[in-house]
This record gives sequence, C-alpha cells and structure tokens, in this order.
Amino acid sequence: MFLANAKVDSVTQIGTNVFLLKLQSDKIAANAKPGQFVNIKVSNSNFPLLRRPFSICNVEGDYFTIMFTSVGEGTLVLQKKQKGEFVDVMGSAGNGFSLDGNYEKAIIVAGGIGAAPFPFLIKELEKIGKGIICLSGGRTKNDCITYEMKNVSIATDDGSFGFKGNVVELLSSQIDRYKNERIKIFGCGPNAMLKSLQQFCFTRNIEAEISTESSMACGFGICQGCPVQSATDKNKFLLVCKDGPVFNVKDIELP
Amino acid sequence: MSAVDLSVSVGPLKLRNPILLASGTVGYGNEISEFIDLNKIGGIVTKSLSLKPRKGNSSQRVVETPSGMLNAIGLANVGVEEFLKTKIQFLKKFDTKIICNIAASSVEEYVECTKLLTGEDTISAFEINVSCPNVKEGGLEFGNDKKAVAKITEEVKKVSTKPVFIKLSPNVSRISEFALAAKESGADAVSAINTLVGTAFDIFSRKPKIKNITGGLSGPAIKPVALAKVLEIKQNVDIPIIGIGGIFSWQDAVEFMIAGASAFQLGTVNFVHPNISETMINDLILYCEKMKISSLKNLTGSFIL
Ligand SMILES: Cc1cc2nc3c(=O)[nH]c(=O)nc-3n(C[C@H](O)[C@H](O)[C@H](O)COP(=O)(O)OP(=O)(O)OC[C@H]3O[C@@H](n4cnc5c(N)ncnc54)[C@H](O)[C@@H]3O)c2cc1C
Ligand SMILES: Cc1cc2nc3c(=O)[nH]c(=O)nc-3n(C[C@H](O)[C@H](O)[C@H](O)COP(=O)(O)O)c2cc1C
Ligand code: FES
Repeated sequence: MFLANAKVDSVTQIGTNVFLLKLQSDKIAANAKPGQFVNIKVSNSNFPLLRRPFSICNVEGDYFTIMFTSVGEGTLVLQKKQKGEFVDVMGSAGNGFSLDGNYEKAIIVAGGIGAAPFPFLIKELEKIGKGIICLSGGRTKNDCITYEMKNVSIATDDGSFGFKGNVVELLSSQIDRYKNERIKIFGCGPNAMLKSLQQFCFTRNIEAEISTESSMACGFGICQGCPVQSATDKNKFLLVCKDGPVFNVKDIELP
Repeated sequence: MSAVDLSVSVGPLKLRNPILLASGTVGYGNEISEFIDLNKIGGIVTKSLSLKPRKGNSSQRVVETPSGMLNAIGLANVGVEEFLKTKIQFLKKFDTKIICNIAASSVEEYVECTKLLTGEDTISAFEINVSCPNVKEGGLEFGNDKKAVAKITEEVKKVSTKPVFIKLSPNVSRISEFALAAKESGADAVSAINTLVGTAFDIFSRKPKIKNITGGLSGPAIKPVALAKVLEIKQNVDIPIIGIGGIFSWQDAVEFMIAGASAFQLGTVNFVHPNISETMINDLILYCEKMKISSLKNLTGSFIL
C-alpha cells in the first residue's frame, strides 16, 4: 500500500450523476487488482476530514480511474477537480476479486454505482478467456450504468428500461440459460441487493464473490471502524477495509 | 545530526522524542508500520486490552462530523493472552517504547491484566483507560468517579513493575481533580484527553448515525477543549502530562507542549495521514532551531499568560 500524489488527468461525466476521475500514479496503477479500492483525501483542509474510499474502476498504463456518484461534500469536491491538480491517494487497499474457480462464464451483477469495479475485472477476466455476461440495475433508466460492460441486460425498478424489477430478479429470470455452463457470480451494489444476491447464490449453490461497503475512518485496518459479521465464527467481526471489501458470499453475514 | 535534543521524559519513562501514537488509532502497530519507521518515534500505545477478547459493537461504528469523527468501537480487542502470544511478537522487533493500554470493567480485572502483562520486558509502561465512553460497564463510570480512579490507580500500582499513566476522561467538570486523585494514588503521569461524548442524527430516518447512539468525538474539533484540559491540570497538579486531542500538525503538537504536556499522542490523524508521526520529527527540529530552543523538553509548560 502506498501514499501517492496522483495527478488529475480528467473528470468526465458519463451519466446523470456519474463521473469518472482519471488519475496518474505509476505506483498505484502497477499494483492495483480488480476489486481493490483507493482511499482519497479529497481536500487539503480539515473539511472533509477523513479519506473517501472508491473502487478502482480501471487501470491503463500509469493511470487509474474511479467512477463515482456525487452524494455529499467529498464527492462534490472530487467532481470539481481540474486537470493538473494533485490528489492525495492511499492505495491500492483491501482484497480484490479472485479470478480463480471452476467456471467458464462470469456473471457480473451490478446495482447502481456498484458498476464501478467491473471494467477492470472484466478486462482481467477476458485476459484469461472467461465468458462474460453483465446485469446492471437501477431505480430508473438514468441510474443504470453500463460503462465498459459486455453483453449487458438492464433492470429498472420502475420499468422505464429493460426488465422491470431489481437486478437479482433479472438474474433469476435468466439463470436457466446457463444451466449447462460452469458459472461464477461477481456482485457489487447496495447491501440490500447484495443480501438478496447472496440468498440467491445459496439457494442455487452458485459460487460468488461480492464487493461490500461500510462506513470507514482509516481504510487500512487500524481503527476497527468497518466490521462485518463473520459467517463462520459468531464471535468475530471481519473488517471490510482489510479482510474485504470483496468477500466470498459464504464468509459474511450482511447486516 | 541536528544539535536539537528532542528527547523527553514522562515521569520515569524516557522517550527519544515526544511523539506517541494513541491507543485505538494504530491497533498493535503492524498496519501503520507500512507507512512509518516505528524506530524513529517515541513510542506506541496499544489498543485498549481487556482480560478476555472483546468483539466490540456492531456497525455503524464511525461517522464523520465537522472537523472530527465519532466512534463507538466498543473496545474490540484480542485480549491480554492473545496480545502476549502474537501481537507483541511484532512489536518486539522495534526499538521504540511500547505502552500497553488496559481497559477493564472492574478493579479486579485491571489488576489481573496488569499482573499478566507486567512481566513482559517489551512493555515500557501502562496506560490505564478509565475513560472509554463506549462500553456499558466500567469505562466512563470509572472515569467519572474520583474514588474509583484513585482505587484503580492504587491497586494497579501495587502490582505493576512499570510506570503507570492514567488516561483521563474530559467528560467531567474539573479534570484537575481527577489528575490529583491519580497523583495521590501513585500515578506516574496522566494522559489527557480521551474522546468527548457526542452523537449525530440522520434527519431522514431520525435515527442516530452510530448504532451505539452516542460515540466518542475526536479530531481537530476537540483540540481547544483538550488544550484547556491540559492547561488546567498543569496549573493545578504537579504531575507529568501526555497531551492528546485533535493534533493534526506539528504546530498543534507544539501548542500542547506549551500548555504543559511532556509528550503527546497522535490519534485520528493517523487515519488520514498515516506517516505524519515520522514527517513531524523534522518540523519539530526546524521549529526548535528557529526558536533557538536547544532541548524540546524546555517547551513543556512554557506558556506566558
Ligand atoms: C470499499 C468502498 C468502495 C467504494 N467505492 C465507491 C465507488 O467506486 N464509487 C462511489 O461512488 N462510491 C463508492 N463508495 C462509497 C463512497 O465512499 C461514498 O459515496 C463517499 O465516501 C461519500 O463521500 P461524501 O463526502 O461525498 O459524502 P458524505 O457527506 O460523507 O455522505 C453523504 C451521503 O453518503 C452516504 N455515505 C457516506 N459514505 C458512504 C459509504 N461508504 N457507503 C455508502 N454510503 C455512504 C452517507 O450516509 C450520506 O447519506 C465506496 C465505499 C467503500 C467503503
Ligand atoms: C477509532 C478510535 C478508537 C479509540 N480507541 C481507544 C481505546 O481503545 N482506548 C483508549 O484509551 N482510547 C481510545 N481512543 C481515544 C484516542 O486514544 C484519543 O484519546 C482520542 O481519539 C483523542 O485524540 P485525537 O483527537 O488525536 O484522535 C480511540 C479513538 C478513536 C478515534
Ligand atoms: S476503516 Fe478503519 S479498520 Fe476498516
């Protein structure tokens, strides 16, 4: 893990409230793995005070990208970054997705901004010859992100586009198509979605990894601020920042 | 080599420099050592240890507030036994002072923990946490009760072979009275301050943002309060003080020393700038050179009122 002064290359708006921030840091780019995150000090002042965690969306040479929605002060500051500015970044943090497993087809399941870690993952999965199917869900058509996804189907809660319902219901409606293939699911999104995805995978006995979120203070294991219940040991919390943010669905109990 | 002498003493404990890492903000040292050389700082205070492992509170444990944060970790820790077996092995590799912080729910538990730990050579001193706001039993109740603070200090001193520092709660009206109780019961120094009790609500769900309802406030927001508490102790009780609370820069640290601290601890800042304890060393030297201070310890309590 490094502290790096990353140079802003660009901020691009790719959706109603979806932005890509491209940063230059050879150290972070060279060491990043899909599903890991960076922890960004968005300002030089005490406001906001703490770093903000973001999944690494993609890596290209010395550059890496994050994808974010603007939800508060920190993301608002990021949205306004100018080319050439420097940003204090810690990374790459946490445990990412494991590409291992007995599967030939990867099914990517994203809820809203949960699409963020997948461009990088998809690139790496393609390198090792895995087939890729993407499902992306959101409240309305405007909330569904398909950036750099492959073979995408869309679900909207209000039915304004694609399948009407949530993304796990969409998955459920399509799963029989893959009954003769070995599949592995990769999921990221809000906790409620991850919970129903987890249930779905248990019922069908499908191998799956999910990228989770928690409020955080440090992002590297020193504050104990990001507990998630271990599924195997009732007396133990795991830390989202250090043991995760990606977990095998079998390892955690979501709140 | 600089001519400036950064070494300080906290009672009988000699430190290479006054920079300590605060309890609960660096775990047991391994993660932060990716960012700093522990051999360069004064020492590290461990996460509060209890006799048995504690799982801690469930999520949400932390939230940011203006220039600060609230935490209700609930003293999640590995327990004394596991600490001695595994965690201390890592710390042994460094030439830095290890101050072992103990939190318990009864006087007997404090004594028991001290007895188990005091034989370990690597430990240089104890910091007794009588002031954690986030656990039901013990914790703040002790920190709020002068007699309890005196009793704990006295009993721990009896069994400890190392210096004993009492970490005081700021959630009292006269902190100097607690410092006096600690001193009269044999404490070698006091650490001030622990976090201030605070809370925050989500205005849409109308629920507290922290599962525990209240949490401990830390960070720059508490610095003026902490400084005033250090000054109050300095002006009323003759006991060494370790200053803690909202230090985010070397300038903040210097302020604490001027107000009366012999050494200081860095807490929340480690989450944001994990290397600051090391980068601050040079800044302190430059300050001393500029101010023609040959020995940093001369700064302690040097305020001009
Ligand atoms: C491992 C990890 C990876 C993440 N990856 C991404 C990503 O790739 N893209 C992205 O847009 N966001 C991501 N997030 C969430 C992101 O960190 C928060 O949106 C961001 O911290 C909000 O900061 P803010 O200052 O703008 O908002 P704040 O002012 O802090 O909060 C505004 C609102 O956002 C909510 N919020 C704050 N922090 C979080 C959080 N960690 N999770 C969920 N809600 C939160 C608050 O409850 C509040 O309602 C990730 C979080 C984690 C833990
Ligand atoms: C997440 C967190 C956990 C803490 N855990 C402990 C603890 O276990 N024992 C203790 O004595 N103090 C604990 N503290 C208090 C700090 O050691 C320190 O007294 C306080 O945070 C004020 O300093 P700061 O503003 O520099 O953080 C904790 C503080 C934080 C932020
Ligand atoms: S955020 Fe600090 S331990 Fe995970």
